[in-house]
Amino acid sequence: MRYMFLIYSQESDEPLSPEEMNHVVSGHRAVMADAERKGILLGVERLKPTSTATTIRMKNGVAMTLDGPFAETKEQLAGYYILECDDLDEAIEWGKRIPTMCKGREGSIEIRPVDDLERR
Amino acid sequence: MNADAKTAAESVFRQESGRILATLIRFSGSFDRAEEAMQEAFSAALMAWPEKGIPQNPAAWITTAAHRKVIDQSRREKTWQKKQDSLRYERETFAHPGSGESDEASMHFPDDRLRLIFTCCHPALRPEAQVALTLKTLGGLTVSEIAKAFLISEATVAQRIVRAKRKIEGAGIPYEVPSADRLPGRLASVQAVIYLIFNEGYIATAGDHLIRTDLCAEAIRLARVLCELLPNEPENMGLLALMLLHDSRRDARVNQAGELIPLEEQNRALWHAGQIYEGLKLVELALRAGVIGPYQLQAAIAAVHAAAKTPGETDWRQIAALYRELDRRYPSAVVSLNYAVAVAMSEGLERGLVLINEVGGTAELESYYLYHAARADILRRMNRQDEALQEYQRAIALTTNTVEQQYLRRRIDELMP
Repeated sequence: MRYMFLIYSQESDEPLSPEEMNHVVSGHRAVMADAERKGILLGVERLKPTSTATTIRMKNGVAMTLDGPFAETKEQLAGYYILECDDLDEAIEWGKRIPTMCKGREGSIEIRPVDDLERR
Repeated sequence: MNADAKTAAESVFRQESGRILATLIRFSGSFDRAEEAMQEAFSAALMAWPEKGIPQNPAAWITTAAHRKVIDQSRREKTWQKKQDSLRYERETFAHPGSGESDEASMHFPDDRLRLIFTCCHPALRPEAQVALTLKTLGGLTVSEIAKAFLISEATVAQRIVRAKRKIEGAGIPYEVPSADRLPGRLASVQAVIYLIFNEGYIATAGDHLIRTDLCAEAIRLARVLCELLPNEPENMGLLALMLLHDSRRDARVNQAGELIPLEEQNRALWHAGQIYEGLKLVELALRAGVIGPYQLQAAIAAVHAAAKTPGETDWRQIAALYRELDRRYPSAVVSLNYAVAVAMSEGLERGLVLINEVGGTAELESYYLYHAARADILRRMNRQDEALQEYQRAIALTTNTVEQQYLRRRIDELMP
């Protein structure tokens, strides 16, 4: 099953210290390298901060263009992985390894199975 | 005959439905298909048994019949193609339905119930859904029984179960025993569900009855299954021992008027000696394995209470030491509170009160009725009646269980000038 890992972290104006940055970058590199070696890495991207986000809101069939993310939340979407895993347990193992402190101090990884229409 | 058949079927359902369902889920790859097949098999039994007699091994009969239903279902469904391989294997194994005990062993892979426990108690499900699904599938309880036990509507229970099953399927929660490296964390989740079921029975959070023995018995039964399936985990033994030792006091804990009786006022002759004996033996066995865990420590504390023939003989020093160890390894405000109470009983009320005041500063305890009840108790023993009265009143405002309220009311009445 394909799983998408949505990385949510707190954005901060303070840049990360070199050590923090190193920790995050090397964490992601290790996950990507291992997933690639196993042949299960289907996608991975980092997103620019929500200050660059634009939302199109549909209302009564009319599209409105708005500045900012879809919802103002404590943690913001910062990037994603898509990995092919046997089951949720394997996905959880991968999820635990993905660093979340891209810009902030804390974060979460939301794991969502990809709705695989062809394989149904 | 008719009544006999019904009784036999009910008894199989009660004893064996968890085991049968666990196997059916593995074969059919679906909770719903497995449940449907099992229901159909029980209906078939109620038709066949009055006429042909109750088979020698009713559980094997049901299992075999249910397996045939699963195969029939798959034939009917369009997914036959996909399932063909696994089902071919099954037909070879289950070619001789109803021929008795010899097949029965081959039908149950020993891990099936274990698979089911771990799937039902997966941390990716909400705790209340874990509880409902575990009671429904492994415990064989009906939706209506679960609803009654937790004082919630049947619709709520049914919805929790449906959602949990949908999540298991949709999110790809595996139907397997976790690998060794994942086992400790997952086992803790299973133990937590069983203990939650027990506690809901032992200290009902709402309603007019303090103890719901049906839930306590079910939790103990599940813990026995867990011990049987994973016998080398001392925490499983610790959990079973803890629940047995608590449950042994059930008849002494509430009087005929339904009022709560504190430990020191309980008639110890009413304690169930058999459960105490088993509990003490399990604690010893578990601790000997040398891998300490929170359930073992709590069971050891319950064991010290159980071993005292009179309240005066209680080894409070030992209890305090065990609470200190528990607090050191698994710190929590509630454990600190209990440590303070044990110190009050062993080293003196003054010292206990100092400790209890120290832990009382947290917001968590401030809204916890047992904190105020414990503090009130120490103040009462110190003859500081006004302060005790105030604390009992705070405690009463914080509990929703009417039996607990009655007990606190009694204390207040005793203190009233």
